[in-house]
Amino acid sequence: MREIQVSAITDVVEKLCIEANNHLPGDVKCALESCRACEDGEIAKGVLDKIIENYNIADAENVPICQDTGMACVFLEIGQDVHLVGGDLREAVDEGVRRGYDKGYLRKSVVGDPVRRGNTGDNTPAMLYTEIVPGENVKITVGPKGFGSENMSAIRMFKPSAGLQGIKDFILETVENAGPNPCPPMVVGVGIGGTFDKAALLAKKALMRPLDSHHPDPFYAELEDEMLEKVNALGIGPQGFGGRTTAIGLNIETLPTHIAGMPCAININCHVTRHKSEVL
Amino acid sequence: MEKHITLPLTEELAKSLHAGDTVYLTGTIYTSRDAGHKRMCEALARGEELPFDPKDATIYYVGPTPAKPGQVIGSAGPTTSGRMDAYAPTMMSVGARGMIGKGARLPEVVDAMKKFSGVYFGAIGGAGALLAKCIKECELIAFEDLGAEALRKLYVEEMPLVVIIDSEGNNLYESGRKAYLQARDAK
Repeated sequence: MREIQVSAITDVVEKLCIEANNHLPGDVKCALESCRACEDGEIAKGVLDKIIENYNIADAENVPICQDTGMACVFLEIGQDVHLVGGDLREAVDEGVRRGYDKGYLRKSVVGDPVRRGNTGDNTPAMLYTEIVPGENVKITVGPKGFGSENMSAIRMFKPSAGLQGIKDFILETVENAGPNPCPPMVVGVGIGGTFDKAALLAKKALMRPLDSHHPDPFYAELEDEMLEKVNALGIGPQGFGGRTTAIGLNIETLPTHIAGMPCAININCHVTRHKSEVL
Repeated sequence: MEKHITLPLTEELAKSLHAGDTVYLTGTIYTSRDAGHKRMCEALARGEELPFDPKDATIYYVGPTPAKPGQVIGSAGPTTSGRMDAYAPTMMSVGARGMIGKGARLPEVVDAMKKFSGVYFGAIGGAGALLAKCIKECELIAFEDLGAEALRKLYVEEMPLVVIIDSEGNNLYESGRKAYLQARDAK
């Protein structure tokens, strides 16, 4: 059994919080640049040019791409042959977030109570997910999530009779409802199946998947392409000012589900779709 | 149409701006989000004065990241304006004519804009690093306890904006999308 100090996880989380917030992943940049090349309207082109200029400034000056540096969503894939030692794992992750948001000059956007509010002052707690996987490594992913787009997300518990058409209509309805609010061009994460909670987690995980990848099942891979095209046919466009590019990516993740149901969750993200991983 | 404008946002200037105009804005603006607006509207309800003179003022809906050493301000893009819809008509009623943000507004806000000659400008959501470049001065003037949501006075130069809703109620979110779809379908 391999021993890993939780302090090593703190260090990595700290680093990933800063890197994820300052440097957009290559696949997202690529998608934005190819959409810019296909856009014809003057306002739409101007918006995409400025979005590209913005992430170039963030790269060059090592500053946050967006001022909403998000809630820190932290995913740990922990090998079953790993023994975590030297402290409490949850506290170690929160300490990494605390340090990263402080040292990186990132915005502290977390309130300690959802109703009574009150900023926690250090962007903790992290939204922490742990999964036990084979092996003796720990994979750490930090995905800061802004709330302009999070607020436009939706979940629905469909009857199985709603079928594929129900899912398709729900995706378009959710994007239409989001309109200009989530800073389009957006990324659409769709989770289908599982239980109520698992569908939402699948949708979040769909946002972490590279935009140039597809679902391994050709049925869903084709559905991703079809729905991205349909979303872009809505004409909402960059920032909602009208245009071809409403979304730069649409990823679907699926799980088996119950005979009585077909949960579907849609997690909306903005063009600043951030995530960064490292393996210990 | 591309316009370079200097604040304050007088009634005359406001009426000369139209939905879809690209605007480069220079002058003094004030930052506020949900918590700051709530406090200002509560102060007005008690008959108190605001921490700044609202006449012809422009408010930027933003909560910046902390400034790094040597920076005037951290990344500073717009937040979703709809959360300020409950307060915007009150702010316009005391003279704060300009709003900078992103996203849809309620009909009540548009009605107030028509009544008070308000203008709703869009800054590019998610372009916080770029927009920070236009901010030349930043001074905290009230509500320091609100952190990122504190009230700040900014001096901006050539801030790139688009008029989303003008003082006549014309809305780029509607007209821009319609124009795009019509042009596409005509092909």
